[in-house]
Amino acid sequence: MACLMKPSLLAMIANKPAPQDRPLQDTRTQGAARMLPPFPVFVLQPLLGHIVRTVSGRHPELIARLGENCKKRFLIDPHNLPFFLLLQPDPATPQLTAYNRGRDVRHDVHISGTLVTLLSMIDGRTDGDALFFNRELIITGDTEAVVALRNALDNMDATLAEDVAACFGPLSRPVRAVVDLILAVGGRKP
Amino acid sequence: MTQLFKPELVCPAGTPAGLRTAVDAGADTVYCGFQGPTNARNFPGLNFSVAEMADSVDYAHERGAKVLAAVNSFPTAGRTEIWKKAIDDAIRIDVDAVIIADIGMAQYMSKTHPGHRIHLSVQAGASSPEAINFYCRRFDIKRVVLPRILTVQEIKKVHDEIGCEIEAFIFGNIGMMAEGRCALTNYVTGQSTNMDGVCSPASHVHYEEDEDRNLKTRLGEFAIDCIGCGEHAGYPTICKGRYNVGHRREYYAFEEPVSLNLTHLLPDLMRAGVTALKIEGRQRSRAYVRSVVSAFRQAVDCYFDGGEPDLGHLLALTEGHRETQGAFRSKTWR
Repeated sequence: MACLMKPSLLAMIANKPAPQDRPLQDTRTQGAARMLPPFPVFVLQPLLGHIVRTVSGRHPELIARLGENCKKRFLIDPHNLPFFLLLQPDPATPQLTAYNRGRDVRHDVHISGTLVTLLSMIDGRTDGDALFFNRELIITGDTEAVVALRNALDNMDATLAEDVAACFGPLSRPVRAVVDLILAVGGRKP
Repeated sequence: MTQLFKPELVCPAGTPAGLRTAVDAGADTVYCGFQGPTNARNFPGLNFSVAEMADSVDYAHERGAKVLAAVNSFPTAGRTEIWKKAIDDAIRIDVDAVIIADIGMAQYMSKTHPGHRIHLSVQAGASSPEAINFYCRRFDIKRVVLPRILTVQEIKKVHDEIGCEIEAFIFGNIGMMAEGRCALTNYVTGQSTNMDGVCSPASHVHYEEDEDRNLKTRLGEFAIDCIGCGEHAGYPTICKGRYNVGHRREYYAFEEPVSLNLTHLLPDLMRAGVTALKIEGRQRSRAYVRSVVSAFRQAVDCYFDGGEPDLGHLLALTEGHRETQGAFRSKTWR
């Protein structure tokens, strides 16, 4: 259970440095991810689907800001986890899909960083440009689409992390607490 | 000793949430633009619809803050209606001033909306008393945003010779080009910083990271930098790229990626009679706005009360992790 993870493991997930090689086809995962067994991503799918449909329905202004870029495929790659995510925010059929590493998935944008880097971005705690300047955040592919996504997310009063936590219903507070703990261990102050 | 004036803190907002963040963080005034080519930060997903700007003006006014609408790009022939509509919309929703660069739009606003405040954008490039006073006389300009090419002493001289307020940049991105005159993006992409509002349009920017974590940056068909593993990155603009020029390899042929930070010159600017201190960064996130605005709110108040603020943490938000006082301290900057 996530909230019972030992801080040392949390620290590894949260805070490992960027890997030396990171092509999607690369099956060598980083940091704590090496220590974990292959992830049963199918377990995540119902939850991911619920999250993307809820956020998409709750924030039409986010989709409006994306414009035509809502049809793009955003590959979100927390490179110290054993899986990555593919986001397709098209409001007609919003999808968020998890894939184990090693899968070659067609995408327009590749956004990668540690879990802490990506969480702190969607939680509105850290400036995306500063993360990019620091080389903590790596962007390749369709730059226009990722700029639009960054700006659309930044216009949300409640952060995306809060919305995602809310999708867990009665567990939203523990989930939020785990996110805060990961961010704190990773050096991101609230 | 010259009297210390407490200046207005003018802060950026790229989205309605950014505006609310700036106001809540202590901005006296927030500047922002409409979606489209009428302002100099025409980036995807950024800026305000007219309805969003109207709501934002209400939010700011209810909290005692002002809103400035940036209509500060230059219309090309046959396209002036878009800029005129932006000015009309801004007046209709009760913004406190419109920031204008184009002389034709200054004429339009002064004739169509007399009595409403016009601020002369930095994009107009007016840096001499003669130029500024011309705008004051002809278009009743109330404030000039000075180009970042003057020392504080020169700003004081300008202040003493002009008939309007001065707004000066104190933090954020800085270019070596004369504002409103840069055509580098236009040369490479066919889109104009000054007429389309896009410096290095994102649609033309491509990053490639190799196995050794070297990051190659391309704008259009040109490679403009290759940032080594462990090096800090900057904005993907031509002026801050590295090139092989003559015998120099990977050379910052135009300028290095640094950010303006005038924290330590704030008292001098306040004594020089600067009315408003401007933070650059409408393209930056709410996290940036929150950090920088609250820091400068504290700094301005601290200096005014005779203290010495510590803003060392702002370095993490600067481009290339480097900062400069630019031409404000010395003309030898370049």
